Amino acid sequence: MNRIFSTDHRTIGLQYLLLAAVAVVIGTIMSLMMRIHLVWPDRFLPIKPEDYLALVTLHGTLMLFFVLTTAPQSGFGNLILPAQIGARHMAFPLLNAASFWLTAVALATLLASSFVQGGAAISGWTAYPPLSAVASAGPGQGLGMDLWLASIALFGIATTASSINTLTTIVARRCSGMTWQRLPLTVWGWFTASLLSIIAFSVLLAALLLLFLDRHAHASFFIPAGDLVSGTLHTQGNGSPLLWLHLFWFFGHPEVYIAILPGMGLTSMILANFSRRRVFAYRTMISTTLLIGLLGILVWGHHMFVAGLNPFVGSAFSISTMAIALPSSAKVLSWLATTWRSRPRYTTPMLFALGFVSLFITGGLTGPILAQPILDQYLHNTYFVVAHFHLIMAMAGIFGLYAATYYWFPLIANGRILSERLGRWHFFTTFAGAYATFLPMHLAGLAGEPRHYSQLTGMASASSRLLGRQLPLQDFITHAAFLLAEAQLIFVVNLIQTLRRPGHASNNPWDATTLEWSPPIAPDAEPSVHREPCEYAADGSFSPQWEPAHKPE
Amino acid sequence: MSLPFSPLLPIDASAHGPALDRHLILNLAIALALLAITHLILLIGLVRSRISTQRSIWAVEYLPLAALALLFAALTIHAERLWASTRYTGADPAALQVEVTGLQFAWYFRYPGSDARFGTTRPQLADAPAGNPLGLDPADPTSADDFLSSNLVLPANREVDLRLEAQDVIHGFSVPELRIKQNAIPGQPQHIHLTPTLPGTYAILCTQLCGLGHHRMSANLRVLPQPEYQAWLKAKEAAATQ
Ligand code: HEM
Ligand SMILES: [Cu+2]
Ligand SMILES: [Cu+2]
Repeated sequence: MNRIFSTDHRTIGLQYLLLAAVAVVIGTIMSLMMRIHLVWPDRFLPIKPEDYLALVTLHGTLMLFFVLTTAPQSGFGNLILPAQIGARHMAFPLLNAASFWLTAVALATLLASSFVQGGAAISGWTAYPPLSAVASAGPGQGLGMDLWLASIALFGIATTASSINTLTTIVARRCSGMTWQRLPLTVWGWFTASLLSIIAFSVLLAALLLLFLDRHAHASFFIPAGDLVSGTLHTQGNGSPLLWLHLFWFFGHPEVYIAILPGMGLTSMILANFSRRRVFAYRTMISTTLLIGLLGILVWGHHMFVAGLNPFVGSAFSISTMAIALPSSAKVLSWLATTWRSRPRYTTPMLFALGFVSLFITGGLTGPILAQPILDQYLHNTYFVVAHFHLIMAMAGIFGLYAATYYWFPLIANGRILSERLGRWHFFTTFAGAYATFLPMHLAGLAGEPRHYSQLTGMASASSRLLGRQLPLQDFITHAAFLLAEAQLIFVVNLIQTLRRPGHASNNPWDATTLEWSPPIAPDAEPSVHREPCEYAADGSFSPQWEPAHKPE
Repeated sequence: MSLPFSPLLPIDASAHGPALDRHLILNLAIALALLAITHLILLIGLVRSRISTQRSIWAVEYLPLAALALLFAALTIHAERLWASTRYTGADPAALQVEVTGLQFAWYFRYPGSDARFGTTRPQLADAPAGNPLGLDPADPTSADDFLSSNLVLPANREVDLRLEAQDVIHGFSVPELRIKQNAIPGQPQHIHLTPTLPGTYAILCTQLCGLGHHRMSANLRVLPQPEYQAWLKAKEAAATQ
């Protein structure tokens, strides 16, 4: 019992990773079912349109919340963060355990929603009202929607609590010598993501509560007077569906940075480590991390260019969004400069970090395009957007998680190192699969294909002609998606084989400089830090953070 | 106007479209170029042997950032001008008025008839089987000559002022060939205006997830040469008022 309901941060971190693994497997199977249905509508899986939309909704919710938010932030945050700042524990161990179990209940609630009457929610992970606010609006808007709301609310409470924990730990539990400017960039990633989580999830929680009141207490925050859904006329109150969009995206945009910031920090550290270089412009990297966090809160309206706002508002959000491209570009430049002519060691963590850089660039470059309202009025809600966010968030996020897993595996699994040979295979197939799957989606989007369509042909209008042309391309994408999914089996094999063997890695197998790799010290001794991370000399020697400046004679 | 990459995009049938297309293609070309440059730098840096000279943060970071800032600013300003010219002001008063209503899962197009005024609609009167899906109020004299169409029919080269409405949930009015997209929101009518140029039949899609029939919520746009449009209008008006 004590081993399951543990308050030890390492156990909790592992539990979070396990939960994310369950979610990613289910989410991936769902995405493959959607892909199969899209290109062979009746051959293998006769899916009804509402089932397709339930799959889209569950897939997006699972991946975004239960994979990309939990694994980097709560999973690796718990496993690695305390060691990296020289703390023995998280600030609030009991709260930590409670957060995890609440997250587990949230996941169970979400999965349970597919088995209730009326089916799982089908409003997408953005749950726009009035569709999501009125049970008579169709399948999935009854109990399934309530369970979706409950799941996300529980998740939001858990994540807020866990972020307070992370933040307090970073502020109060750093060991002596660990000044703010000596903090590893991973910690800056966790720090900024935690700040964003607290701000963003509290707004989301308020929005969820309002939607719940609309559904069950005859409130009208999001439903206008005179709204007529399937014969039911809404008469009292006069709410605005746009209010939900504001509240939701005020959460939704920071959320994508919550997902990616820890990966950005880790990528910086790994590139430096395996290039045997300092991180180029370390101080600037800290400020751009914080700047991205700050600007991330100010750009939510770029999801609403064609949602019905005053066009002047579109102009304002266009400018704030373009502004965020600059700190992001600064990070890319620093990564390029760190690796530039450095003769790197191509270990698997390094390969995944380089893959992260590549995917971040490719996915990121379409951001400024979508930030121009005149162009977004053509591209919004097409596959172009699906390509954009999968490359920059889903794929870069997953590459960050793999980099973390390969890199920290010796610390997680008692000195075992994952096979480099299998790791390389895993990387190259995944890299090829990611591009083959998501790059062609840009073309479908440019050709005008909307997302969330469970069927591309068979409609009695010109749309069949417009969309039918995309079938060969979509067929290719489905094949690529299968390649991408199958490539992950290499990782599973690697994991199983490695866990069977005893560990024999040295204390610091990657010659890293950050504190989590320091040799064990006496139980009553205090760790201390003497310099910035990533001090590598030109001859390849290095000075870890824990090594005193002048070794005692 | 034919563009080097035009097979990427569907036919362009609107007056504001060619400028939008040119700007989009320019953006795509810039994105591709930056993609190639950054990946080349990454690759060259990885294969060439190590140098240990200290590089200045000005040369490597601040200068390229300034260049990027200028580039993004130029793109933003140009995009803003296009956006402003299509969206900052309303339609010409002489523009053709059509009301577009989205409801699960169809589009309805209402024309004001010869009095050029839309009659009042009341949701409690809506009755699709009786042929009144929008709840047109028969007591209102201006509604007598209003008529509904399940396809949007427009004359070429005349500005149209579309009044977007939704009856139940949010829908997304989108015509790729006209390079236009705007959500229709219940309780909050929107106006957009544009000029179709090229006669033909185009797809009207719904781009905002609106329920299980979302993918089949489509209609046709028929852009007709002026004389044919007048003939269509005459026939419709005659049928509506008899
Ligand atoms: C094998 C890999 C994947 C495939 C084939 C895939 C496929 C899809 C498909 C078909 C959609 C629905 C598109 C639409 O009609 O709107 C979608 C949406 C989405 N996916 Fe993925 N996906 C994959 C991986 C991921 C990952 C790893 C994440 C995040 C961790 C992710 C996050 C999302 C999100 C947030 C949405 C939007 C959901 C919505 O708008 O309702 N996906 N994906
Ligand atoms: Cu955003
Ligand atoms: Cu719709």
